Amino acid sequence: MRGTSLFLLSVSVAVLAGNGPALAAWQPQKPIEFVATAGPGGGTDNLARAVQNIVTKHKLTEQPIVVVNKGGGSGAEGYVYGKASAGDPYKVIFGTSNAWQQPLVSKVAFNYTDLTPIAAMAQDEFLLWVKQDAPYKTAGDYLKAAASGSFKMGGAQSKDTDEVLTRMIEKVGHVKLTYIPFKSGAEAAVQLAGGHIDSHVNNPSESLGQWRGGTQRPLCVFSPKRLPEGPKITATEGWSDVPTCVEQGLDIKQYEQPRTVWLPGKVTPEQAAYYVDLMKKVQATPEWKDYIEKTSQVDTFLTGAEFDQFIKQDLEHVKQVATEQGWLVK
Amino acid sequence: MGNLAELLHGFTIAVTVPHLVLMAVGVLLGILVGVLPGLGAPNGVSLLLPLTFGMQPVSAIILLSSMYWGALFGGSVTSILFNIPGEPSSVATTFDGYPMARDGRPTTALATAFGSAAFGALIGVILITFLASWVAQVALAFGPPEYFAVYFLAFASFVGMGGAAPIKTVVALAIGFAIAAIGIDTVSGSVRLTMGIDELVKGVNFVVAVMGLFGIGELLVAVEEEFHARAVSSKIDWREVFRAVGRLPRHSVALLRSAAIGCWMGITPGGPTAASFMSYGIARRFSRRGRYFGTGEVEGIISPETADHAAGTSALLPMLSLGIPGSATAAVMMGGLMIWGLNPGPMLFVDQKDFVWGLIASMYVGNIVAVALVLLTVPVFAALMRIPFVVIAPLIVIICVVGAYSVSNSYLDVVMMLGFGIVGYLFKKLFYPLAPLVLAIVIGDKAEDAFRQSMLMSKGSLGIFFANKLVTCLVVAGIALLLLPLVLQLARPFRKSTSPAAETAAQEKVII
Repeated sequence: MRGTSLFLLSVSVAVLAGNGPALAAWQPQKPIEFVATAGPGGGTDNLARAVQNIVTKHKLTEQPIVVVNKGGGSGAEGYVYGKASAGDPYKVIFGTSNAWQQPLVSKVAFNYTDLTPIAAMAQDEFLLWVKQDAPYKTAGDYLKAAASGSFKMGGAQSKDTDEVLTRMIEKVGHVKLTYIPFKSGAEAAVQLAGGHIDSHVNNPSESLGQWRGGTQRPLCVFSPKRLPEGPKITATEGWSDVPTCVEQGLDIKQYEQPRTVWLPGKVTPEQAAYYVDLMKKVQATPEWKDYIEKTSQVDTFLTGAEFDQFIKQDLEHVKQVATEQGWLVK
Repeated sequence: MGNLAELLHGFTIAVTVPHLVLMAVGVLLGILVGVLPGLGAPNGVSLLLPLTFGMQPVSAIILLSSMYWGALFGGSVTSILFNIPGEPSSVATTFDGYPMARDGRPTTALATAFGSAAFGALIGVILITFLASWVAQVALAFGPPEYFAVYFLAFASFVGMGGAAPIKTVVALAIGFAIAAIGIDTVSGSVRLTMGIDELVKGVNFVVAVMGLFGIGELLVAVEEEFHARAVSSKIDWREVFRAVGRLPRHSVALLRSAAIGCWMGITPGGPTAASFMSYGIARRFSRRGRYFGTGEVEGIISPETADHAAGTSALLPMLSLGIPGSATAAVMMGGLMIWGLNPGPMLFVDQKDFVWGLIASMYVGNIVAVALVLLTVPVFAALMRIPFVVIAPLIVIICVVGAYSVSNSYLDVVMMLGFGIVGYLFKKLFYPLAPLVLAIVIGDKAEDAFRQSMLMSKGSLGIFFANKLVTCLVVAGIALLLLPLVLQLARPFRKSTSPAAETAAQEKVII
């Protein structure tokens, strides 16, 4: 009874406001919690706060939004929290592809199927970085030098995106790399600047400052085509000047990490549709363009069947690497 | 001298009416979040962050960093008055601060803490001003083996310190390591020691552990021992504030030594927590009144506070120059930097001179504003100690429960906090030291990561800890600190002995 009247109320509010698309019949009635599955300051946290900021600024909802960080256990804390909040449409979970990758390789108490997928909003690219004064100029040179077997590759976390990519490089390039896991990409970048490791595969935003500062440079980008034109980063080069890895003889066509948005499981289709619509509105703002440009990400919007398809494909891929490495949890 | 000219230019930016007002507002808000349970500097700064998006980057960073200073000062207040440290770095302040406050001298304890903290911060800023570029280079020299060596040094300065029986210290450390291991392991990516409780995958939060161990543990002891206890009669005495600050120069050796340790640990990215523990440990060893540490010694407050703030301040430098956030708060500020359109990194000092030097100048001014404001609040806070125990005890329980819950809105944390309270009580009753336990919980997992990363790099050879001068020096210093008490013990029979029985009795009393 109460549910019906609430529903009617929200419909009438939407009708009165005159801007409610047919699907967005559900409207939030209390404060919304954005759960960032990462600590303060990381890429996922930045996304959640950027979205919060845009929604608030453009008054896309009347309800206040709070961002909470649940980054424990490489993000598992946030996803487990989402699973435990089944049916609660006031918790929006921000994460990455580790929503489906992590359950594959470690015994965590959630799977992505426990959550309701909303959208993948931005793709972070991966690049191969080396120290500024390293002798090799192309990925080919790098692979030749790495054949000695003494190269150390740094990355964020273990058995996560960075290590999966490292194992792919090993396989395609016929080399052996020692993978050293750090807490974050930023940490790996500092270790490379100090010469403690030989390379890492950071996202653009994680090493932007280091590239500008002349402590490290990208060899190639794991993308089918070069990155879009943008402002110059160093005196002479910008992101679009970085060759693709395929161009340089490292045959990995595409490897990227989507930033993903989820609701807890067991929410109604209307509630999910509301948030899909909200994220679409966010994406149409100039502030979003600004955020994408500043963090050097690629603007995408996958939802519904497309998003499912993407997850399935990525999962196949990771499963293959994980099986070869013996990482799968029984 | 180029830096000096830049700094003067920075002052012209920082010392303007709007910026001074921002500093005062930031500091006051900071004290508030520092004193309130479970809020703390990182949360406070993230709450304030969205408000700054419309501001000039310089104004925004001045507001946020002032809040940080305020929160650091505010965090010491609860450590001293209620034995509840709000930040990992103010744990060591409780060891002597709380006994002194219980002893009826809360004003002295607070004023001493604030005074020495301001001194530490000042030394930290001076270091940043003159050694910015050099410091950035030093930080780069730190790879996993060097990190491990720094943590090892911090542990060694504590184990060797004595006080409790060394075996009890080792047991406490081991329990701490086990607690730090709970959750996802960075190096293998697997889940450890969650005992079937899914939520434990996030690990044990420091605040939860410390509120239980110190806040609740101390309360249980107090209930048992001095239930009819007295409210501490503390007069609101303004003059004592100034007298306490005026007495600080008498402890100039402790001040300088602690500031040096703090700066060193801030630059080598050991951080404020390791710095304050190490400074306390070393002060206890080398101070003439070392054996009275733990009963409310002035130098026992000066040492951790000075080192904490010196490290906290100089740790902002790696954030600016290298883009490594030295603490959770620095990480939030770095997120802010990027949103304001600035990229932390070496180019910041070249591209954004106004920003960098405006910030550095504001550290001088902001800390002066902060210390002036907190000293004014001392009598107010000290008056809290006059509230009778029967009123304050339930309040402490509420503070701890709310604080533990608000860390991540989880009931499990509240249960764990109460569990830690019982552990804290048992430790006190059985004369096990709490400090090594806390130290291991806070930096145990970092030390473990660094060690295993080193082992991966060297393919399992311990030689990596002696591979270059820097790491060798650190490791040798650590081993020396570890063996020092052993050597002293062996040497003791040859010296004129001070009655051993009396010494043991004194030591039993000051186990912390």
